Amino acid sequence: MHTKTFVAAAVGLGLVTLSACGSSGGKSAADSKTVTLVSHDSWKASKSVIAEFEKSSGYKVRVLTDGDAGQAVNKAILTKDNPQGDVFFGVDNTLLSRALDNGLFQPYEAKGSDRIEAPYRADGAKHRVTPIDTGDICVNYDKKYFADHKLAPPATFDDLVKPQYRNLLVTEDAAASSPGLGFLLGTAARYGDTGWQAYWKKLRANGVKVVSGWEQAYDQEFSGSAGGRKAKGDRPLVVSYASSPPAEVIYAQPRPKTAPTGVAQGTCFRQVEYAGLLANAGNTKGGKAFLDFLVSKRFQEDMPLNMFVYPVLQGARVPAEFTQYGPQAKDPETMAPERIAAHRDQWVKSWTSLAVK
Amino acid sequence: MALPVAFFAVFFAYPVAAIVRRGLRIDGAWRFGRFADVLGDAGIRHVLWFTTWQALASTALTLLIALPGAYVLARLEFPGRQVLRAVVTVPFVLPTVVVGTAFLALLGHGGLLDQLWGVRLDTTVWAILLAHVFFNYAVVVRTVGGLWAQLDPRQEEAARMLGASPLTAWRTVTLPALAPAVAAAALMVFLFTFTSFGVVQILGGPTFSTLEVEIYRQTSEIFDLSTAAVLTLVQFAAVGAILAVHAWTVRRREGALKLVDAALTARRPRGAGQWTLLAGVLATIAVLLLLPLAVLVQRSLTAPGFGYYRALTDPDGGVFPVAPISAVGTSLSYAAAATAIAVVIGSLAAAALTRRDAGRLVRGFDALLMLPLGVSAVTVGFGFLIALDKPPLDLRQSWILVPLAQALVGVPFVVRTMLPVLRAVDARLREAAAVLGASPWRVWREVDLPMVRRALLVAAGFAFAVSLGEFGATVFIARPDNPTLPVAVARLLSRPGDLNYGQAMALSTILMVVCAVALLLLERLRTADRSGEL
Repeated sequence: MHTKTFVAAAVGLGLVTLSACGSSGGKSAADSKTVTLVSHDSWKASKSVIAEFEKSSGYKVRVLTDGDAGQAVNKAILTKDNPQGDVFFGVDNTLLSRALDNGLFQPYEAKGSDRIEAPYRADGAKHRVTPIDTGDICVNYDKKYFADHKLAPPATFDDLVKPQYRNLLVTEDAAASSPGLGFLLGTAARYGDTGWQAYWKKLRANGVKVVSGWEQAYDQEFSGSAGGRKAKGDRPLVVSYASSPPAEVIYAQPRPKTAPTGVAQGTCFRQVEYAGLLANAGNTKGGKAFLDFLVSKRFQEDMPLNMFVYPVLQGARVPAEFTQYGPQAKDPETMAPERIAAHRDQWVKSWTSLAVK
Repeated sequence: MALPVAFFAVFFAYPVAAIVRRGLRIDGAWRFGRFADVLGDAGIRHVLWFTTWQALASTALTLLIALPGAYVLARLEFPGRQVLRAVVTVPFVLPTVVVGTAFLALLGHGGLLDQLWGVRLDTTVWAILLAHVFFNYAVVVRTVGGLWAQLDPRQEEAARMLGASPLTAWRTVTLPALAPAVAAAALMVFLFTFTSFGVVQILGGPTFSTLEVEIYRQTSEIFDLSTAAVLTLVQFAAVGAILAVHAWTVRRREGALKLVDAALTARRPRGAGQWTLLAGVLATIAVLLLLPLAVLVQRSLTAPGFGYYRALTDPDGGVFPVAPISAVGTSLSYAAAATAIAVVIGSLAAAALTRRDAGRLVRGFDALLMLPLGVSAVTVGFGFLIALDKPPLDLRQSWILVPLAQALVGVPFVVRTMLPVLRAVDARLREAAAVLGASPWRVWREVDLPMVRRALLVAAGFAFAVSLGEFGATVFIARPDNPTLPVAVARLLSRPGDLNYGQAMALSTILMVVCAVALLLLERLRTADRSGEL
């Protein structure tokens, strides 16, 4: 008897708690005064800039971060009939087709998107997505290693297979890591649909090491990064980003005069990140206002030091640290999202048997 | 019984079923043919084989290394024993992304083994096996040690008096009494290593892959939900089979044991044998458990004047909208909520499972409670998203999902820790109380509770530690303005730059200390609380 009373009380209590949470969590999405951004873990904006948007637009901004870039896109697709928010930011050119083919977004041409640099625009006149930022995946090198060994650092994909760079490069699993995939796509863009496989055979013969993720490659194996120096990493070449050298300067105390690492300019693959208005968004009006904000000069200039990416808006200023320590690649490899979508799985599969097994 | 059933139905069975259904039911028809496709793939079969053998090897190695530790920490009295017992549990709660880094300092280039003998294990399967020992040492020490400390030593002594050799006495008296606890520990270690994710992903590189890693890749990267669903069901079946075998072997052995106060069983080491054992265990703990932890601490201190720690209090540090140090408060409150949920649900389940009139169905539930340990966090996380998305259960953006998901992992610990003790309580005591007119609730409160209070605290400590370090489910629902400690560490590590790396190390050190202190407090509470025990 007593047991039953107790259990009943506990069940009751549980349900009350649940419904309380339910009402505080779910409803706000449809609230017309709140705009909800769904993004990946790397999302970051200055508080003051968000506050300005909130003040001028009258919307309150809520942010949900949903795992890494791939996960965030997959989850958005999974919940597209009943989305968690109004705007999604952070689908890049390697995943864009997956998002578009699954009908993740509804069309909206953001105000000011005509001033976005032409090469970044995708999806033609449909305007389902708006480009927001760009970055380059490039081989970084440890300046000290190459100075000590009186060796010129590699500059191009071709250089990486030369004997003087044997056993120096570490990269990431293309099946599991975004820079790893970017590097593979870079070689595919450079050497063509079939040529890249021959290149990777040579790269493997030249001792490329493949680890699972960026953290292991950059913080552990690479000799030029802050983490790698502590971990006694012994690979002076790593696949990372063009914006990694500025980060090594900005996040060091005291700041060094020059970056400890450099970028091999001829090994870059360009990434573009897009945002879009989610299909079935609860607050379409607010979502549109937020997309306008993402391409505004204020946000575009705030973005680089928060997310370590470059603006896509013409005339947006880039911080001095970027121009000084990590200029954007001049002639990066690029690839259309449709081509990536068509080959991606097959390429990754052949790459795995070529580079790993 | 109703509450635990409802809890698991809503927060586990329903979400998992929803995501599996999404994967296997395409255009209104079930695609069971996918099983043949997926299981026919040579790569997948290789993954299955590797998953199984590495789990078996890891479990054997962990038992081999940790059983002496369980004995020493339970039965030998030496200074610092309590602190050590808390410290060995620390690895269990550390996020794998951090431990992977630290572990390479032991096994990798320029690591201890490299310096001493020129041996590098970082790309071999040994790295995975040893890391599994590192993580699961505490599982054996706590599960087996908890019971060992309470076994009446007089029984073994009596056997010796009657002429049995020390080994025979141990084998015929102590070992059978310990068997359920050893089996329970082995089962947990096997489950953990069978479903190992972070360790394999980080230390195994792209060469080694377990089922869990494959499920994560299919769901999170490739977005092939039907392959993921097949693999989830395969893992489910495998885990279910293991649990069934375990339940069958253990239930026949469990009986009423004579339990005594742990303080009475611990003795100062006597004789060369015990001293050697003590020294051996301490050396193992120092090299295998403390060294990797020390590396983290050392790396967090390389900036002058605790620079990395001071940076943690900066609200504009660059990675989060809040000061990273606030993650400590977030983690503690989530862990407290998760522990409360796990203890309530777990105790109710354990109590229901020990009732004499519990039918076969209820007893089957015992095994079902363990299933969440065998299901990928990514499956549960994605399941939550599509299953709990409508009022009154639209919890997708609620903070409560994090403690709920953590409690799913905590409940099995509570049940596992309490069941052996509850089952060991002599049923005649309960019957006597009932005959004298006590209600079932009063019987539980006055007979069972005083005896299991210790186990309850151990269980709570486990649940707390698990939720503190739990990473899988938290990445799915964490809001950017309140990251938990493991999430904060992972995000700091995912950015280049000395300050970010240093802060990750500092935050890991804080996580270690918070966990050790919490466990130490529990340990104190446990020893101070003698009033109700026999």
